Amino acid sequence: MATEPLTEQAGLQGPAAWEQEAEREHVHGLGPWRLGLRRLRRNRVAIGFGVLFVLLVLSCLAAPLWAKHVAHTTPTENHLSDTIKLDGKTTNVVGLDGVPIGPTYQGEFFLGADPNGRDIMVRLLYGGRNSLMIGVVAALMTTILSVVLGVIAGYFRGWPDLTIRSLLDIMWSFPVLILGVALGVALALGGLQLGPITIGGDSLLIPIFIIGLVYVPYMARPVRGQVLALREKEFVEAARAQGAGPLRIMFSEVVPNLASTILVFFTLLIANAVLLESALSFLGAGVRPPNPSWGTMIDEGVDRIATAPHLTIVPGLMLVLTVLSLNVFGDGVRDALDPRAKVRLEH
Amino acid sequence: MGRFIVRRVIQMVLVMFAVSVLTFLIFNVIPNSDPAVRMSGRQASESTIEAIREEWGFNDSLPQQYITTMEKVITGDLKSQFTQLSVGKEIVKGLPRTFSLAIGAALLWMFVAICFGLYSAVKAGKFADRFLTIIALIGISMPVFWIGALANYYLGFKLGWFPNGGYVEFTEDPIDWFYHLILPWTVLAILFIGFYSRVLRSNVLDTINEDYVRTARAKGLGERQIMIRHVLRNSMIPIVTLWGLDFGAVLGGGAILTETVFDLQGVGQYTAEAIGQLDVPPVLAVTMFSAFFIVLLNAVVDILYAYLDPRIRLQ
Repeated sequence: MATEPLTEQAGLQGPAAWEQEAEREHVHGLGPWRLGLRRLRRNRVAIGFGVLFVLLVLSCLAAPLWAKHVAHTTPTENHLSDTIKLDGKTTNVVGLDGVPIGPTYQGEFFLGADPNGRDIMVRLLYGGRNSLMIGVVAALMTTILSVVLGVIAGYFRGWPDLTIRSLLDIMWSFPVLILGVALGVALALGGLQLGPITIGGDSLLIPIFIIGLVYVPYMARPVRGQVLALREKEFVEAARAQGAGPLRIMFSEVVPNLASTILVFFTLLIANAVLLESALSFLGAGVRPPNPSWGTMIDEGVDRIATAPHLTIVPGLMLVLTVLSLNVFGDGVRDALDPRAKVRLEH
Repeated sequence: MGRFIVRRVIQMVLVMFAVSVLTFLIFNVIPNSDPAVRMSGRQASESTIEAIREEWGFNDSLPQQYITTMEKVITGDLKSQFTQLSVGKEIVKGLPRTFSLAIGAALLWMFVAICFGLYSAVKAGKFADRFLTIIALIGISMPVFWIGALANYYLGFKLGWFPNGGYVEFTEDPIDWFYHLILPWTVLAILFIGFYSRVLRSNVLDTINEDYVRTARAKGLGERQIMIRHVLRNSMIPIVTLWGLDFGAVLGGGAILTETVFDLQGVGQYTAEAIGQLDVPPVLAVTMFSAFFIVLLNAVVDILYAYLDPRIRLQ
């Protein structure tokens, strides 16, 4: 912009002026991504929540540091008969009546203990690792499956489309939670055997597999719709005229145009996957104890809400903050990239 | 119209068949250990497992197994592996409670979401809109069972404003029935209010720019009349579809978490208890019936639409 008044003052004419004109246009000609980034940067709420999410992830990644250097314990270590000094007084970590101490706001038992005398803060951070890992990997699985299925169905149409669409419709008929629970119960005892790979019933891979699967129809359907519209576009026709095969067209023409949808869905999928993980774990069909996750922690806390409410409140707050930050950020990304897109996920 | 209905009903039956096959596959054929072991729970003796294998015909061919399973489900011969009570009877017993919860919550979330969504759209970009957007996002981001447990404890137990969980039959005492359900309704509705108000907001914003709205304004209608009779009415169509399906999903077991937290003893809580014990038959039945119910509701919605909008019949 600074060059504009200068040009007029200098009164450049002819090719020199055109050149400057061209340069200026070059500066102004931003791609959709740059424009989106610029719009996103202006949305301070979304950026703020995005930063919050990064901080939450980083603190969960730092769980071993906190456990080793601050809390001096591990997520599964019991301290049933230990005592701790509070304001100079010696207090039992777990009282004689079985009630654990609440938040101490000092290194050890920063957020209190659970009935087994385990450090809540340490479990919260380690549980967060599990919850977030499940969320991210499951969302990745959903995204990959949905894009592959959606692109194949939308690009080839005909019988592949019919097959994929019917399959998605059948899955769509089950409420997400019910389908998750059904798979959870079916896989809980025997685990899963896929050819040579055997996954144990209490492995974290089970909830990942379940959550990654149940959201597929919700993403694959919109992707298919977009591909149906994209395949009629001129640039696809041009690529076809140049002799590009279906694979090449799908990967280098169609998929890049889905990028903003994929990005938005991915963010919202993580949020929903974390929520679904907590619900499945709460019902006993997700992460299995003693593995901590925010869902299992809430599950363990709810029974003792009257005597030790911190057991329920703390992991729940952490979960809400995480999911909220992803939802707000994802919303901001969608508004910035494609304000008219309608992306909706269900629980 | 008649042809459309016949076609739609045939399609519905086909989808139901596919749904039952998928459910059967999930519980009986999923590639892992012996289904008989899974069916008999955590600590089962060798003889129990053998009896179950015999009963469910796990040694037969797959189609034969499917028929055996479906016979059990449809004739109500399904029994819980733990209590030995009939699954069908337990589900029927819980239905009025689940229905009470679902209908109240559905009406509540629809009403509040319309208010929020419309107000948010009218004030688009202003503080009120942003505030409501954040509130809606918070609603979407909270696990139902968490907020339910907190509400039940703090509002119900500590402050004593509401009963601490439980359910009273409508026929016994309608006022007490209502009083017991206020908290569960609200908690269950929160999530959907978040979704619906946002969907409605964006629909209203789309509709506002339509030609007929401009026409209405040009002929001098009042702003209130335009918003309610022209904008809201046309923005409601997708919402009503969603509403029908979500209501079906909640009724068909989506209320598992809410019922458990508030101890309503409906179908959802029955399912939750079965899940906790890894009791397969009840979970199988609820899974299949909830999907059946949603497929049925889907067909009803489609037929209603075809009745209202003749263009759909020709597709």
